[in-house]
Amino acid sequence: MKEVTKLIHKYLRHDKKFPHVSCPGCGNGIILGALIRAIDRIGFAKDEIVLISGIGCSGRMPVYVDFNTLHTTHGRALTFATGIKLAKPELTVIVFMGDGDATAIGGNHFIHAARRNVDVSAIIFNNNIYGMTGGQFSPTTPYGMKATTAPYWHIEHAFKIAELAVTAGAVFVGRETVYNAKGLDALIEKALLKKGFSVVETITHCHIQYGRYNRLGTAVDMLKWQRDNSIPVEKAQKLSSEELEGKIITGVLVDRELPIYQHEYDRIRERAREIAV
Amino acid sequence: MGAERRELLMQGNEAVAEGALAAGCRFFAGYPITPSTEIAEYLSVKLPHLGGTFIQMEDELASMGAVIGASLAGVKAMTATSGPGFSLMQENIGFACEAEVPCVVVNVMRGGPSTGLPTFPAQGDVMQARWGTHGDHPIIVLSAASVPECFSLTVRAFNLSERYRTPIILLLDEVVAHMREKITMPPAEELEIFNRVTPTVPPEWYIPYADTPSGVPPMAPFGEGYRYHVTGLTHDIRGFPTARDDEIGPFIKRLFRKISQNFPDIHMSQTFRTEDAEITVIAYGCVARSAKRAVVEARDRGLKAGLLKLMTVWPFDRSAVEQAARRSKVVLVPEMNMGQISREVKRVNNGVSTVETLNKVDGTLITPGEILEKITEVLS
Ligand SMILES: Cc1ncc(C[n+]2csc(CCOP(=O)(O)OP(=O)(O)O)c2C)c(N)n1
Ligand code: SF4
Repeated sequence: MKEVTKLIHKYLRHDKKFPHVSCPGCGNGIILGALIRAIDRIGFAKDEIVLISGIGCSGRMPVYVDFNTLHTTHGRALTFATGIKLAKPELTVIVFMGDGDATAIGGNHFIHAARRNVDVSAIIFNNNIYGMTGGQFSPTTPYGMKATTAPYWHIEHAFKIAELAVTAGAVFVGRETVYNAKGLDALIEKALLKKGFSVVETITHCHIQYGRYNRLGTAVDMLKWQRDNSIPVEKAQKLSSEELEGKIITGVLVDRELPIYQHEYDRIRERAREIAV
Repeated sequence: MGAERRELLMQGNEAVAEGALAAGCRFFAGYPITPSTEIAEYLSVKLPHLGGTFIQMEDELASMGAVIGASLAGVKAMTATSGPGFSLMQENIGFACEAEVPCVVVNVMRGGPSTGLPTFPAQGDVMQARWGTHGDHPIIVLSAASVPECFSLTVRAFNLSERYRTPIILLLDEVVAHMREKITMPPAEELEIFNRVTPTVPPEWYIPYADTPSGVPPMAPFGEGYRYHVTGLTHDIRGFPTARDDEIGPFIKRLFRKISQNFPDIHMSQTFRTEDAEITVIAYGCVARSAKRAVVEARDRGLKAGLLKLMTVWPFDRSAVEQAARRSKVVLVPEMNMGQISREVKRVNNGVSTVETLNKVDGTLITPGEILEKITEVLS
């Protein structure tokens, strides 16, 4: 408890910004907490962190923390992040996005950020729904579930965000649930330390919108569901795709070395100077 | 080296790129589109050599986002595009207005709507430049009519964006962007360059969106000790979202005031033989070139014509237009659109003189002959 109080005082804009806007029991706070704990353990200075978000319930998180914080437009957070990182590479740039933010309206930016490999960490709040706008389906709403814009049932198929990031070229990709907060802390820490474009897909619950329409119970019920349906990636490798149907594969999906955009561009700068003189 | 003037033959788009570099621009993000692409290509060669950054993004939404990001990190930044791309940039241009992030957007106008006429000139985006992004906001829009102006107005665009913490739109058209003309490059030390005002108070005293006499709060770059919040939501003076009417109103009004109380600095126009003009042609961009020629020829024929060339299109230069209207019996507004600035001229003129229009939307330039014909017709 003492530890928590210390972190609150150190990192939250506690005198300015509370009470917060999230619904009681929302999983989003756990992700923000995990980020703060990871940053504290690594020992980054607050001045060197830029925390950027798009629009959505997830987008409202940065305002509470005492970093350089930037709340952009829906889906575009990664583009702002790219500009900041390239203009000032010494900054540590972290992006929060919702599932709709990252893979619907911002889907193009997401795959290109992964391909380009600018050194930015993207943390995605996957709650399978558009929370902020009141429960419309998102690109990660599973087939057959309900949403305010899928009142009968949902007839599209969901993106697997982490797998998408792997295919698009991210150097580090992991997935974790908010239920396993300790695991999430560790995963985010690894992602922040990794040079290049890293992605952490966090499975979180929106009991108020998604849970309610689909009768999934309380926040606690949804957390238990996360616990009971998670399979670590090492174990998942031994299972068939039928056995993995509807399960959450957690852990580090990829951790690889690829050329980093800023380093490549530094070489372009050197070459341009050589030619110029 | 030293204060030497270089005379060069240069293309309008290249002059924009040179102007940007001279103004201190060190970041460009863009997406290729005719007829603006040469700006990107030119800067992709020059920026890395100066330690700057050129990046081709995945689309124009991304380009605008990256430009705003770079500017927040303290680097002067720009993008360049044409109609379709300009449409895609609108949401983030609004973000730059709301969050007061300096940046420059060049729109080389081509025929529209939609994909329209990629390689033909037009002036159809004048109203879009003013009102393209949603919500009530002021904006500064400049228009260049020659290669030397492409250079000087790009420098000016950066200076205005830095001074007023606002996005600046620079309108070119396909003719001005692609033509080659002589340009005399001023030596660097003769250029007046303005850099944004940064806070001098310690971080704990910094109020990022405080009102000031100029209406422009000092801007701290990210990462230098001034940790604060930037958002596209309507915010209080600390940058935090607000729903209080006593904070919302003053904020929006300050955005307008920082521009409106500085009209004399922002408005740029030129007059040519207007002293005794019975007809004043009001024009901007490539049409202003034809208009000048038409005025010269009209004078040769003994017709008392003059020209008011607008270089600042928005905020509208009411006083310059009112003067022209008061002096002449007739005001003629030739435009390569169905009448965008002429509406504004009529509004400002308010019946004082007759407002004639000359509109062309077939992808070709309005010629001096066409303007001369109209002048002759109107005065006889
Ligand atoms: C361009 C644009 N379109 C639509 C919206 C409305 N909108 C706000 S948040 C949101 C969806 C948010 O869902 P998600 O990204 O999954 O985040 P969550 O709220 O669930 O955290 C939408 C559609 C917007 N702000 N901007
Ligand atoms: S609507 Fe859902 S995601 Fe948004 S704060 Fe409430 S519980 Fe969380």
